[in-house]
Parts: sequence; structure tokens; C-alpha cells
Amino acid sequence: MIDTLRLTAEAALGMLERREVSGAELFTAYREAIVAYDEELHCFLTLVDEPNGGGLPIALKDVIGTKGVRTTAGSKILHDYVPVYDSTVAARCKDAGLSLLGKTNTDEFAMGSSTENSAYGPSRNPWDPTRVPGGSGGGSAAAVSAGLAPWALGSDTGGSIKQPSALCGNVGLRPTYGTVSRYGIVAFASSLDQVGPVTRTVRDNALLYRIISGRDECDSTTVEIPTVEVPEAEDLEGVRIGIPRELNEAEGIEPGVADQVRNAIDLCTELGAEVDVCELPHSVEYGLPCYYLVAPAEASSNLLRYDGVRYSLRVEADNYYDMVARTRDAGFGDEPKRRIMLGTYALSAGYYEAFYGQAQKVRTVIAREHAAAFERFDVLVSPTSPTVAFPLGARTENPLAMYLSDLLTIPSCMAGLPGLNIPCGLSEGLPVGLQLVGSQFSENMLFRVGHALERAIGFDTVPERMRR
Amino acid sequence: MAITREQVLHVASLAEIDLTEDELERMAEQLTAILDAVGKVSELDLAEVPPTSHPLSVVNAFRSDEPRPSLSRDDVFANAPAREDDLFRVPPSA
Repeated sequence: MIDTLRLTAEAALGMLERREVSGAELFTAYREAIVAYDEELHCFLTLVDEPNGGGLPIALKDVIGTKGVRTTAGSKILHDYVPVYDSTVAARCKDAGLSLLGKTNTDEFAMGSSTENSAYGPSRNPWDPTRVPGGSGGGSAAAVSAGLAPWALGSDTGGSIKQPSALCGNVGLRPTYGTVSRYGIVAFASSLDQVGPVTRTVRDNALLYRIISGRDECDSTTVEIPTVEVPEAEDLEGVRIGIPRELNEAEGIEPGVADQVRNAIDLCTELGAEVDVCELPHSVEYGLPCYYLVAPAEASSNLLRYDGVRYSLRVEADNYYDMVARTRDAGFGDEPKRRIMLGTYALSAGYYEAFYGQAQKVRTVIAREHAAAFERFDVLVSPTSPTVAFPLGARTENPLAMYLSDLLTIPSCMAGLPGLNIPCGLSEGLPVGLQLVGSQFSENMLFRVGHALERAIGFDTVPERMRR
Repeated sequence: MAITREQVLHVASLAEIDLTEDELERMAEQLTAILDAVGKVSELDLAEVPPTSHPLSVVNAFRSDEPRPSLSRDDVFANAPAREDDLFRVPPSA
């Protein structure tokens, strides 16, 4: 009997190696868990019936192109899109013997913080199905927490890996920009998008990051990276940890979240780290406005490719221009339309300098502030999300309220920095996420700190209502 | 600064989206609120700060200029709504 709720990827890999279990048996076990729970949780948009490798199964967010397996990006406009080639990350998973379980739900084009913008309906949080799993990668995060996949990949533009991991109580890494190939990924904002692992433990996360990372000829923004180390140390001797005031005292952080984060910070000191407060004067206050100009601007350009000619949906019309405009009106949901419009406006004649140009300069300010902090510290710590998982429908009427969900994850994304979420406790019976941010290419340091804290905190990643 | 219906129409035409009447109204209201919030970036005096368009300082990432196999024609057209021979078929532009 395989307990998919408790089995770590690392333990499963060990069982495979010792031939205590076959890849097919593992695949079947996760399929049975999906049958049992996914009707309620709706983590998956497409399931694969037969294992395509002898190794451990994996779930991939539905913005990750998979040859022969439908890839919708959570959008009606790609309802029937079946990629004719594998994304590099999907190919690397295949090469490592990982077997695709299915494609997980996402806000449309990864635009959102709850999966409620998915054209195929929201996913639900395994800790409390009346609440959101976070987003955009809520399907991957909920699937891992509910034992429907041993691990998964997400994609992160402004928090879409870290925030759902926080809300579902698991480990999510947004890697340094340029460490993981974007080839074959449905593009949202190309200077920000990164693929990363969603797992139950930090060691699992490092193992999966090792599989997917590294330079790829097909993505000219990727670079050579340091050897990935699976963490072992359980202390934090010699590690310098900074507590940015603005990220820890921002308006809207729930008291229960602040309490658990404070406990984790105290643990850092007990484990031997040097802890001190620091400042990121403009990064939080101006990070969100900066992001909501840069990302929509890039999205407005990237999403022009959905024109009714090359992919999936077309709404017929008598002339070409009407066909394109009607296809895009019918195929995009409200949020992509809002962002396309916002981005087009910010790039248009007369507004470019005041909006997009100015946002690019703010981005420089944010990068400089973080660089200054990393002269004194190895890792910056804060809550990942200001709140625990919120009820479905709570923020759908007000786009700006939804945007605030990513207030604390966005600044480091703008600077291309890696960030790791680990669960650090419960508030109101729901997981609280701790965000660890490092300098560029410092994933090994994040894994080290994350692993030591994970051991010391002893958080049980199995949702309380699912424990047996 | 309120975004007018005419401005929304203009941006929608640049973005090639045929918004419905209902959407035009809602979009004007929502874009006004969002632009008001993101306009905060103009508070900062950044005349001397260079812009950042990309988080890494990678320049000139070249690969060798050698022919390699690419997608077959059938693969290229596999997801196209309409194909005629080796062309994407679209309605007339006039």
C-alpha cells in the first residue's frame, strides 16, 4: 500500500532503485488518489492514461508545453492546442525517466493569484475546499499537498509558484531568472517568467531543480549554473539572515501570519544564524505598481500571437481583421483582456515614458536595493503571502485586491532573484508560508536554510482533514 | 485621471480585441482604478536612473550558425484552424 500523502519523492526514488516498487505501480497509486480526490479539488485539466517512463510520476502546470498532450494555459483560446514539441523542462523530466501524470490547473495564462481566472473553473485548497489554493499555479500546489502527485512543476512571474505553495503548505522554488529554460512554455512576461519545482520537502525540491535547470541552447537567456547540492546540514552556523522591515511590516499582513514568521525567525537564531533587520525602502511600496506595468506590457506583446491563424480557436468573420478581433474577444477571459489593455496603454504613444519607461527605472531601483541588502546578508526572510488561503470569491470582484496577494513575492521577482517558500506553521488551521530570498544563483543557500528550518519546524504537510 | 470610452476603444483597436459594449464600460472603470494605482511610479524622481529591461547581464548569446532539422510542415499546421496546401488560410483583408 503506497501512502501518496506521506511519500516523499526522495523516498519513492529510493524504493524504485531498490526495486521495492515499479514506476507503473507508483503511477497507478497516484491515479487512484486523483480519482478519489480530484473531483473535489480540480487540480488537473488533462490526465495522461499510460505512464511514459519507468520512473517517478510528475504533474506539470498547464502552461508547460507537452508534445502530444493538450496544453491550454487555462484559456479557452488554447482549448484544443496540442503541442507538436516538448518544452525543454518536459523533455528533461522525460530524460530523467519521470512519467507525466497530467497537466495542472492555472489562472488563464498564469494571470492571477487563486486559479479563479482559469477558464475551466477554480481548483480548491486541500486544507479547506471552500478556500483557494493560491495562484496562478494552484493546481500543482494543491495536487502535491493532497498526495495527487509526488512533485510538480509550476511557473512564476510575480509569485505563481511561491504564493500557492504558501497557501497549500508545501515547498515551492522560484529559481533565479536564467537558470531554467523557458523554451516551450506559454509566455506571459518574458523578462520575469521562470519554471520551478513544487514539492513536499526541500530536499525533493533540490532534486527536481537539479533535473530541470541548466543552460539550454533553445533559450538564449539561460546560463551555466553552480552544481545543485541536496542539503544536509541541520544548523545555520555562519549564515547571515536579514529581516527586511518593509516586507515584514507591510499593511495587510495577518497577525497569525506575522506570529508564525516571527517564530521561524527566532528558530534561525537558535540554529546559529546571525539575524538582523534591514531596509528595502522602495521595493515593496513601488514593487507592485512596477510589476503591474512591466508584466502587462510584456504580456500585451506575447499574447498577440493568439490571432486565430496558428493556434486552436478561430471565430469566423468576413474579413481578416474582424476575425482576429472577434477570436481574441471570444477566446480571452476578463483578466488577460484587462492586462493586454493595460499593457497596450502603458506602451502606447504619449504614455510610454510616464508608465512603462518609468517602471523600468523603478526596476533598477529595486534591483539596487536588493543588491545592497545582499552585501550584508545571505538570505532575506519574510512572509510569502500576507494572508492564509482566502475563501473562493473573496477577491474576484476587485482586481486590485487580488493583485495585493503578491505584494511580498513581487519585489524579488523584479530583480530576477530566487525565492523559496517553506511552510512554517498554521494560522486559523491554514498553512503559513515563509519566504526565503537569496542573491542570484544562490539556490544552494536557499536549500540549506530551508532544509535546516524545515527540520526544526517539523511542519506536517498533510492537510489536517486528510490525515488518516 | 479617468479613462474615457473613446480611449478604451482606441487601445482595444491597438490590441486587436473586439470588446462588447458591456466590456467597454467595465474596462474604462477598471483601467481607471488600476492606472491610478500603478501611476504611483511617477512619484519617484528617477531622471538619473537607467532602465532595466532584463534581470541578467547576458549580452550577445550566440549559437553556432549550423542548419538543424526543424518542424515538419504537417507539425507546423497541426494546430491551425484552416490550412490550404502549405499556407495558413485566412479571410480576405480588404
